Amino acid sequence: MIKALFERLKQGHRTMKFPAEGLQLPHRALGLPKVRSARLEKAAAACPYGAIGGAGLDLGRCVFCGACAKADPAAVEFSRDYRLCASSRAGLEVNSGDHARAEALGAELRRLFGRSFKLRQVSAGGCNACEADCNVLGTVGWDMGRFGIQFVASPRHADGLLVTGPVTKNMELALRKTWDAMPSPRVAIACGACAIGGGPYAGHQECAGLPADIPVSLYIPGCPPHPLTILDGLLRLLGRIE
Amino acid sequence: MNIEHLSSFDPRGSHLEPAEFFAAAAARLGAGGRAVAYFAVPEGAAHRLVLALAFDRESRLEAYSTLVSGPFPALTSSFPQLHLFEREIYEQSGLKPEGHPWLKPVRFDSPGAEPGVADYFTVHGSQVHEVAVGPVHAGVIEPGHFRFQCHGERVFHLEIMLGYQHRGVERALAAGPDARSVHYAETLAGDTTAGHAWAYCAAVEALCGAAVPPRAQTLRAVMLELERLANHTGDLGALAGDVAYLPTASFCGRIRGDLLNMTALICGNRFARGMFRPGGVEFDLDPALIKELKLRLAAAMRDADGAVSLLWSTASVADRFDGTGTVPKAAAEGVGLVGPAARASGVALDSRRNFPAGPYEGFNMSLSGTGDVHSRARVRWREMQKSAELIAGWLDALPGGPLKAGCGPLKPGAAAVALVEGWRGQICHFALTGADGRFRSYKVTDPSFHNWMGLALALRGGEISDFPLCNKSFNLSYCGRDL
Repeated sequence: MIKALFERLKQGHRTMKFPAEGLQLPHRALGLPKVRSARLEKAAAACPYGAIGGAGLDLGRCVFCGACAKADPAAVEFSRDYRLCASSRAGLEVNSGDHARAEALGAELRRLFGRSFKLRQVSAGGCNACEADCNVLGTVGWDMGRFGIQFVASPRHADGLLVTGPVTKNMELALRKTWDAMPSPRVAIACGACAIGGGPYAGHQECAGLPADIPVSLYIPGCPPHPLTILDGLLRLLGRIE
Repeated sequence: MNIEHLSSFDPRGSHLEPAEFFAAAAARLGAGGRAVAYFAVPEGAAHRLVLALAFDRESRLEAYSTLVSGPFPALTSSFPQLHLFEREIYEQSGLKPEGHPWLKPVRFDSPGAEPGVADYFTVHGSQVHEVAVGPVHAGVIEPGHFRFQCHGERVFHLEIMLGYQHRGVERALAAGPDARSVHYAETLAGDTTAGHAWAYCAAVEALCGAAVPPRAQTLRAVMLELERLANHTGDLGALAGDVAYLPTASFCGRIRGDLLNMTALICGNRFARGMFRPGGVEFDLDPALIKELKLRLAAAMRDADGAVSLLWSTASVADRFDGTGTVPKAAAEGVGLVGPAARASGVALDSRRNFPAGPYEGFNMSLSGTGDVHSRARVRWREMQKSAELIAGWLDALPGGPLKAGCGPLKPGAAAVALVEGWRGQICHFALTGADGRFRSYKVTDPSFHNWMGLALALRGGEISDFPLCNKSFNLSYCGRDL
């Protein structure tokens, strides 16, 4: 026991401040892209996922491989800004203007979930990296619990469904049953490129995608999203960050 | 035929007539061969069965193949390590392995298959009951279905039914190579990006005859060992959590993040996405970054040492770890376990030693154990110490030179096998090219493909309440197995 206490002192207080001034992704990371030119043909040709078209880049299809910026650095440039989330599918389109960040839920839902938001996570065919970055939010480094957000075991206890993965045909039914088991009011969150648009597996016959009748309130882009991106999105959804 | 690890060979040399093939397969498996891949590739109206065997102690690989167009004799009854390979061949090609004791679906990817719906092994008797769990589990984890046949707390049998993560990634890989291929490799199992991306790159490099520069190989090895460190740290913390020993659980969760952040410092991504590309690596280290990495590594290992030492000196932890979930050596060898799970059962098997490449030349570490949860935890900690020592050594003496070699077109009509020791164990990628120089087949064997049966065996005769603990001591990949 005494050893554990000494070790506790040695390990120290390690919870990060969030949100904090100047917080950014690591130096070599690819965060929010900036579209710098109206001529995106070269960048679009380099994207294996068709994420670039027209005048913009679709964060929902982007796996942040950086191929576009490498092919045409004058057209697309990735910043270290982790604030990528959006409230609507269309809001994930990045063009030369400012990126509109995720908006808060309505007043009633905010009153209900704002200080206690329980999530049921369903992993539906991804690679387990999104799951890893969701799990990390529960560690002492991030301590998501201080914001009243927590992953729970039962859908009956959950206010929100957080989906990761492209929703394989083999997970379609289980996902549906989980959603059906959640009491109203409830919200759904699509976490990661797979859940939003199939990610690396877009177009695969084995994947069904998130059912159209499950309304998504928050889109969290990334492959996988950085924990900063996930936490930022969740707090914006709850109106805890303006 | 004998084949060289990491160099292309002409697969026609592996051809045998069916009768000779099955006789040779049985003889070579009987002589100590371990299947690293066994799969069927369409060829005309028939299928070619391809079997790759490793003779680990001799650092040798052999490959055999034959053409079949109907049922073929199953070898599983004599060599249980083939059980899942033969089931997979049946599901993917329709060729029936005659005499297979248990032809259950693997990924429910055939017409009319319903995920999880199959015949389950059942135990009958008074007070025998069945517990079914999943596919959606309590935590933030991947989906799978588990059925326990119990008498009170005692588990007679655990049956594991997976396939929910099946997203067609292996099928899509085989349509390459193209711009998406390396992303598929990186996401075969997201927590094993370095391992699988390295295996993919190595297979491609073997097929195009590229000589990867030593600096690139060493940087790849740094990423692979960081991945091992992060995952082992996380799992040791999770093991502590599963026996309600919270100090280590909470320390390790944070330290794992510090290790992932080191990976992100090198390539921008916490899971090493974007680092590995055929021919070499995409990111370099400068002296300032090397210094920073060394400081962070030393700090993380100091903290990990403190956190993990508590496990060994706490009686309540020892009480739960010791003698729980034992997989005896004979069983581990029989079902073909790999990685830390095999080493913990006393099976001396490590691709870094048996099939060394690049900076792993001369790698040596001998680990052993009695096959229980404690052994699996201990082996993980010893491996962490070794990984940290390797990384520190490489950072001190990084070879100079370029980061990348050119990769030309793939050799047509060729084959190559790449083995990488990922943190869960041996990863095998077996690539075959067609006459057009594109992949004709791309077979991935994740270590979990071998090891899920090990978890089922660990539960035999144990208590159902020990399941989470046993599960975490293996921490197998669902997506790597389901592909």
